[in-house]
Amino acid sequence: MNGEVVLKAENLVKHYPIKAGVLRRTVGWVKAVDGVSFELYKGETLGIVGESGCGKSTLGRMLMRLEEPTGGKLTFDGVDVYSQKGADMRRLRRDIQIVFQDPYTSLNPRMTVGDIVGEPFEIHRDAVPKGRRRQRVQELLDLVGLNPEHINRYPHQFSGGQRQRIGIARGVALNPKVIICDEPVSALDVSVQAQVVNLLEQLQSELGLAYIFIAHDLSVVRHISDRVGVMYLGKLVELGDEDQIYSRPTHPYTQALLSAVPLPDPTMRNMREQIVLTGDVPSPANPPKACRFHTRCWKAQEICSIEEPLLVERPDGESAHLSACHFAEPRVIL
Amino acid sequence: MTLSAGTGGAPRVELLDTRGVWKPVDGLLLELDELQVEFRTRDGVAKAINGVSFDLHEGETLAILGESGSGKSVTAQAIMGILDSPPAFITGGEVRYCGQDILKLSDEERRRVRGPEISMVFQDALSALNPVFPVGWQIAEMFRMHRGMNKSDSLAQAIRLMQRVQIPGAAQRVKAYPHQFSGGMRQRIMIAMAIALDPAVLIADEPTTALDVTVQAQIMQLLADLQQERRMGLILITHDLGVVADVADRIAVMYAGRIVEQADIFELYAQPAHPYTKGLLDSIPRLDQKGETLSAIGGLPPNLMNIPSGCPFNPRCHYAQDICRVDPPPPLREIARHRLAACHFSELLLTHNPELQVTQTTEAVEAHLERELQDPVATAGLDHEEDIERGVEPR
Repeated sequence: MNGEVVLKAENLVKHYPIKAGVLRRTVGWVKAVDGVSFELYKGETLGIVGESGCGKSTLGRMLMRLEEPTGGKLTFDGVDVYSQKGADMRRLRRDIQIVFQDPYTSLNPRMTVGDIVGEPFEIHRDAVPKGRRRQRVQELLDLVGLNPEHINRYPHQFSGGQRQRIGIARGVALNPKVIICDEPVSALDVSVQAQVVNLLEQLQSELGLAYIFIAHDLSVVRHISDRVGVMYLGKLVELGDEDQIYSRPTHPYTQALLSAVPLPDPTMRNMREQIVLTGDVPSPANPPKACRFHTRCWKAQEICSIEEPLLVERPDGESAHLSACHFAEPRVIL
Repeated sequence: MTLSAGTGGAPRVELLDTRGVWKPVDGLLLELDELQVEFRTRDGVAKAINGVSFDLHEGETLAILGESGSGKSVTAQAIMGILDSPPAFITGGEVRYCGQDILKLSDEERRRVRGPEISMVFQDALSALNPVFPVGWQIAEMFRMHRGMNKSDSLAQAIRLMQRVQIPGAAQRVKAYPHQFSGGMRQRIMIAMAIALDPAVLIADEPTTALDVTVQAQIMQLLADLQQERRMGLILITHDLGVVADVADRIAVMYAGRIVEQADIFELYAQPAHPYTKGLLDSIPRLDQKGETLSAIGGLPPNLMNIPSGCPFNPRCHYAQDICRVDPPPPLREIARHRLAACHFSELLLTHNPELQVTQTTEAVEAHLERELQDPVATAGLDHEEDIERGVEPR
């Protein structure tokens, strides 16, 4: 991948304390994100997939600095995000914005669409002069495919898909360079999903945005992403471009995940080998030692519970991409 | 399955041996005939189901596919007899089980059908299970209430069932409470309860929607195994075109409370005969293909309080013509062998006939929707008074 790095995460860690007893003493830590590193290039989409509880949403919030990190470093355009304070941090926030999952709860029901989309201008007062703000909001509504005349309406007057468009308009209001999309389409109906995905792609090409696209739906992620990272229990287990991950996955977890996705094509029934994993994802409060997947992995050997496999380039048949498995080998799933 | 808290082992209902009372004729288990359900609310009458008919045979998997508000779950609840009334009222049609209309049965007779004959797995196991009783007790309740078993026998049966649905350490975990299980395990417990009395029909309402994809695969596999083992008729309700393609024999696509297409699964995916089905299939991103821009269906599903006249899909349909906008809506009719569709132009769509013209693009649909939104009366969930106050003129 060539191009300029806009966002660089180095060994990000977020542990939440587990408190118990009358004294609320800390008895343990939930290791939600435990050492995640990646680079995001200008104008690209990096998809992050994983099952619930793998830490993908926490990661998204850390990238926004909505969560203070337990450890690690985040650099945006060469600036260390976590060491910024006050006005500098506020300025930085203009460049990284977020679109939330649930369009029903992420919009304030007492504010009009104009107030919601225009709120970023209240906080960043120098972004758009006061007299032009209303016009700018209308431009934004038009940009995301809403009627600019609806500026005085309230969120409940819109459908789910339209509300997500409002959330997106708010996200792009300050001309950010990076947008974190945290499950932006998973609350929407199938026929509406496509509209929002198309809108995100269109905005990306018009505004040159870079997306971190967090989702559990592997089909949507493949559709929109240039590169994809797979998370399991707070760690990235595989990272590569879209074709490498989907056509030549080398990590057993990625392989199992891909094989479990039902394809909308009945002729493929019984045509592909399904890897059915046993058991559930272990608790992030007490993750397995060394390789975290070894308790469910069919390839696991002794070394997997002793030595942690590093996320390094490993051959995938045609090229090489990052994978964290001692026994990484490509397998055709789709 | 409403779970009333049983206090002892003694059965409250008079036990009748219902085995053998219900005998399917030629393997035909369930027939729905022009079922109609409406919800009478303060804001008006929502027509949730407007004449749904289908049948289900032994050992068959029928998928009911639809988006939210299409009436798929209401159909299931009507079959089970668990609709809340009011606000829901069944205003017409029949649900025949083994030839007899079960809508006409008394509440008591209906209870004897619910569980031993027709049973259901719900979407959200955490809210469907009772949090204050151990799971074993809840599974065993089926045996206590319907079979009059005592506590220890029924608990032994519960353990057996928990083993059958592959819950590890069933004997130890029989006394655990629902919150002590993971989502996948809770769904297995729901399935154990549903199959406890060996029903002939199992309705699974979005059984895997709340689950992760690797767990979804386990649950679907379990359902398929159980169905094969017991030759159950399975009604799978879902919005996921992928899950359907993997397991269903036949599929019924619902839109605005009507079945718009019904066909063999292979034929439907190969050649959809209704523009809505075609739109759905075209709009989903594919895992096994990297596609271009998705061809979205424009617009929104209709408000059930104000279903468009004519074909309910006409405002969003790419092929809509004048005939589509006038009542009566196109009936669900046989357009080929074993294929039903409710569209005036199904034959043309099936054969890719060039005479079938695109009359409105996605953009036109969106523009139309804008106009609808301007008209305060026509749109879903709008605060009408507020609009009128602010002087939004209807066009």
